[in-house]
Amino acid sequence: MPEIRVTPLGAGQDVGRSCILVSIGGKNVMLDCGMHMGFNDDRRFPDFSYITRNGRLTDFLDCVIISHFHLDHCGALPYFSEMVGYDGPIYMTHPTQAICPILLEDYRKIAVDKKGEANFFTSQMIKDCMKKVVAVHLHQTVQVDDELEIKAYYAGHVLGAAMFQIKVGSESVVYTGDYNMTPDRHLGAAWIDKCRPNLLITESTYATTIRDSKRCRERDFLKKVHEAVERGGKVLIPVFALGRAQELCILLETFWERMNLKAPIYFSTGLTEKANHYYKLFITWTNQKIRKTFVQRNMFEFKHIKAFDRAFADNPGPMVVFATPGMLHAGQSLQIFRKWAGNEKNMVIMPGYCVQGTVGHKILSGQRKLEMEGRQVLEVKMQVEYMSFSAHADAKGIMQLVGQAEPENVLLVHGEAKKMEFLKQKIEQEFRVNCYMPANGETVTLPTSPSIPVGISLGLLKREMAQGLLPDAKKPRLLHGTLIMKDSNFRLVSSEQALKELGLAEHQLRFTCRVHLHDPRKEQETALRVYSHLKSVLKDHCVQHLPDGSVTVESILIQAAAHSEDPGTKVLLVSWTYQDEELGSYLTSLLKKGLPQGAT
Amino acid sequence: MKLYCLSGHPTLPCNVLKFKSTTIMLDCGLDMTSTLNFLPLPLVQSPRLSNLPGWSLKDGNAFLDKELKECSGHVFVDSVPEFCLPETELIDLSTVDVILISNYHCMMALPYITEHTGFTGTVYATEPTVQIGRLLMEELVNFIERVPKAQSASLWKNKDIQRLLPSPLKDAVEVSTWRRCYTMQEVNSALSKIQLVGYSQKIELFGAVQVTPLSSGYALGSSNWIIQSHYEKVSYVSGSSLLTTHPQPMDQASLKNSDVLVLTGLTQIPTANPDGMVGEFCSNLALTVRNGGNVLVPCYPSGVIYDLLECLYQYIDSAGLSNIPFYFISPVANSSLEFSQIFAEWLCHNKQTKVYLPEPPFPHAELIQTNKLKHYPSLHGDFSSDFRQPCVVFTGHPSLRFGDVVHFMELWGKSSLNTVIFTEPDFSYLEALAPYQPLAMKCIYCPIDTRLNFIQVSKLLKEVQPLHVVCPEQYTQPPPAQSHRMDLMIDCQPPAMSYRRAEVLALPFKRRYEKIEIMPELADSLVPMEIKPGISLATVSAVLHTKDNKHVLQPPPRPAQPAGGKKRKRGSDDIPDCKVLKPLLSGSIPVEQFVQALEKHGFSDIKVEDTAKGHIVLLQEAETLIQIEEDSTHIICDNDEMLRVRLRDLVLKFLQKF
Repeated sequence: MPEIRVTPLGAGQDVGRSCILVSIGGKNVMLDCGMHMGFNDDRRFPDFSYITRNGRLTDFLDCVIISHFHLDHCGALPYFSEMVGYDGPIYMTHPTQAICPILLEDYRKIAVDKKGEANFFTSQMIKDCMKKVVAVHLHQTVQVDDELEIKAYYAGHVLGAAMFQIKVGSESVVYTGDYNMTPDRHLGAAWIDKCRPNLLITESTYATTIRDSKRCRERDFLKKVHEAVERGGKVLIPVFALGRAQELCILLETFWERMNLKAPIYFSTGLTEKANHYYKLFITWTNQKIRKTFVQRNMFEFKHIKAFDRAFADNPGPMVVFATPGMLHAGQSLQIFRKWAGNEKNMVIMPGYCVQGTVGHKILSGQRKLEMEGRQVLEVKMQVEYMSFSAHADAKGIMQLVGQAEPENVLLVHGEAKKMEFLKQKIEQEFRVNCYMPANGETVTLPTSPSIPVGISLGLLKREMAQGLLPDAKKPRLLHGTLIMKDSNFRLVSSEQALKELGLAEHQLRFTCRVHLHDPRKEQETALRVYSHLKSVLKDHCVQHLPDGSVTVESILIQAAAHSEDPGTKVLLVSWTYQDEELGSYLTSLLKKGLPQGAT
Repeated sequence: MKLYCLSGHPTLPCNVLKFKSTTIMLDCGLDMTSTLNFLPLPLVQSPRLSNLPGWSLKDGNAFLDKELKECSGHVFVDSVPEFCLPETELIDLSTVDVILISNYHCMMALPYITEHTGFTGTVYATEPTVQIGRLLMEELVNFIERVPKAQSASLWKNKDIQRLLPSPLKDAVEVSTWRRCYTMQEVNSALSKIQLVGYSQKIELFGAVQVTPLSSGYALGSSNWIIQSHYEKVSYVSGSSLLTTHPQPMDQASLKNSDVLVLTGLTQIPTANPDGMVGEFCSNLALTVRNGGNVLVPCYPSGVIYDLLECLYQYIDSAGLSNIPFYFISPVANSSLEFSQIFAEWLCHNKQTKVYLPEPPFPHAELIQTNKLKHYPSLHGDFSSDFRQPCVVFTGHPSLRFGDVVHFMELWGKSSLNTVIFTEPDFSYLEALAPYQPLAMKCIYCPIDTRLNFIQVSKLLKEVQPLHVVCPEQYTQPPPAQSHRMDLMIDCQPPAMSYRRAEVLALPFKRRYEKIEIMPELADSLVPMEIKPGISLATVSAVLHTKDNKHVLQPPPRPAQPAGGKKRKRGSDDIPDCKVLKPLLSGSIPVEQFVQALEKHGFSDIKVEDTAKGHIVLLQEAETLIQIEEDSTHIICDNDEMLRVRLRDLVLKFLQKF
């Protein structure tokens, strides 16, 4: 029995180190290869030994697909390909291919240079890893091999984010990666056609949340920033260099312009300018409005937002700083946070999800005394605000996508177990499909029953179509033919053609039954009586009386003969071929009962 | 399957393919060479043009002198320029289901088709094709609309009058169907019917046909198309290039195994080498400028201009031209330059790599930044104050009949210091120049056409091996001007089928198979048997469902259960449905074994007689006779159904069912 198997190595009932193994139609595909922000030990990368303990990964995986450039989806890639060892193809979109190595390098620098980790992947490994990448266009059907094909759909989560359809024959799986169903200030909404996959693997970060209108959140955000700046406070917005950052920059830029504000806005690290440049060059991946107006005004050229220098943090007066990374787990955002945390005039706005274990998660859960390295305790007096700007689909969006794709089964990843449970029930109720939520290392097996494509000879198809009594072509019809199987070539042809192709002669099997009838009349008259009788009984059949005295019903021949011994008895010879057996056998039993009296 | 050929222009094709149940238009090219018969539209009134003498017949009859003007021995129509549309009468265009566009030059007739023929289908094109196509249309509309011309000449089109006119007017074809330019509103409406597609995207049409665009290497987003069902494949090759310029390289491999390959859009200048032409372009440009003259380059606002600017970027410093201003004047100049930078995914590998850095893929960004290249929407406004001579001006339209180029021709034509360099291959430069004669300025002809030449075509055909090639008639004979060059035509076996405008070709297809899906439950019930080594057969009796052009076989309904209730009981009394089909039989019956089998099953008193063709087996007790021959068996017995069925089953054991 063919089946589809799914095993999350990461992101199973968890957010972080997304990595899902899918076996479909005999092909093995790895979806994403992320790192976990909440761990600094072995647990930060997926456990690739699950795939194979001693063989080479390349022999076990047909391809790897990366959905977008966030590190929890691609952070383990160089480790996986260069340190564990994988030489097969890695698929991602062009923007992901462009931006991914930069974030990996950034990640590497923090890990090695700042934290002094040994045995981490090197810059050269990132380069070598990226050489294995094959870039895909949206909606392009990429033939990984003769049987396996993949296709990318727009996901709207960050620049270049994509959902992927993985297809073998008539079986398919769709993996959403992270996606967003509502267009924001710089990206469009995720879209997929009614592709009816056997399985939809969807993220479920906001499995239970239904978010209010984006406008309200934006107004709220601007109000908070404005108030803090007015009272002379400093606002820290930890972000990832690409994604939310650009959206919030567009938001603040237009607000500053409109309100004629003077407080400086900074964006940390050199990555920013580069990041904005990517948005300019990949503008076809942004939303409709930005694409339409980019010739007149490129939304990613900011007037009010300037590059940040470490020294600026101590400048007096209000300012707004976007700093990386977004969860306050390391780097510049954490440094600035430590500097500003003590002043209640200041504010930190967390615009996205924070995984457990990060400083971001701690302060969001209300902790105000943080233990830092060296047993130092940091007291947080600054205002802590949370604004959900992360571009994940909310519960409504997830349901919407399930409705769009019409999958036979749904599998949830990239979310918290408790929330998944709720969404699982909702999906099962509303769509009447099975919904799964495996933990890491747990395998879900779905039996499939793919139909078998064969070639049917046009002659046979047309003949069967013509036979339909009603002109309604949609009405199901009975078809008889022979399937010729040669190697993997399957053809359905008419039986006659099959015989001919194989050089075989038809063997005709004919039956002739003698039916004795008590009838003293002449043979011709008996035949006529048989004819009238059959004509009246078999209204739907073609009954004929031939000039030579015989009677035919369709292709069945009936002849009357005198009995050699008994002149009062006539013998009916009913003759038919094997193909007409039903009718022939019926006729003999009918005639055996005799002819009705009075029939001429 | 049929091909309706609506355009006679080999590089601006418009064909309609009837493929299975779909009607597919392949490209929508607009033949603009018709405008060469018209007088140029000057931006400001030109005394020279308005004082041209009217043309009169040999007998002095001057009734056409308002419509026709004479200039240096050539006669021109003094009217709003008109274009030669694709044939609209050959096939009812409202029945067209989809239009496939291969590149932005081949969509210029789109508004005429989508807005005026009752077309209700979808147009498919790549994003760069649509965006740049829009720019080309916008520029065209702008050029024509900004110089409103009161006169629209029509008298000359009268067949009886046209006969009397001098060449080339006399020979102009289909003049009655020539149309004025569309409006921006029509352009927008036409473009709104386009659905964007990416290379290698499989697009299903009504479940019957799949179409796929492939990179063709000629221009940004340019594509060839595969139109296929499961058993038939048509490749449509239009405007392809194997040269390394800015676009993504051509995808040749996917064209393999085509039944028919429709080949259009080859190079219009088969004897010119594009690289050599670029070199000549640069050196002529440098020469003129060094001598204090100006250079005029009539061009389209997108395409080769990107490559020319890139060459100049590398050339100007070494040639000492750093201080010479380059001007690009077009209503869409800015958009074109900006758009070229955002289609990273559609560019060649080198340019893609630059985007990853991230740097703009085309160096004209730097030319603009360093003020070496300036662009303006038109002559008016900023340009007039910035204008410095000597300079190089890139501007349209390459036909020299409208656009800012007309002004520069009038302005610079009188001085032999200046040079006009023709790079676009679409118009004959001599005809383009005719209404400007006499002319003192130098004219250099450096046509750059990167599309396939005949050597490349022959290599391509060897590579992809189509069963049949279909092409415009122009490609099946050497060009008229070089009739001895037998190498300048398509050479393939079997010879290419050629078409001309308004012709309908029956494509040589033998459709023999169709795809059908066997449902798993049915597949499970099949019993394959091996007939020959490696070949197995299974008889299939199934129910055929056809929906949305897809065929599915499902298991036949089970014989109705003899259930009680209202359902009619189905017993032996019912007349059988003659639609229940029995398989065919094959094989032969070995008499001895058959007799043994009979004995084993309790028949006694068996007698076998030899006949001319076989044997007769007699079961005397049962008064039954079985005639066995090589290819037939005949059982003759009393009306004893039990007996008959027993004998039948014994016979069937020796035969194979089909």
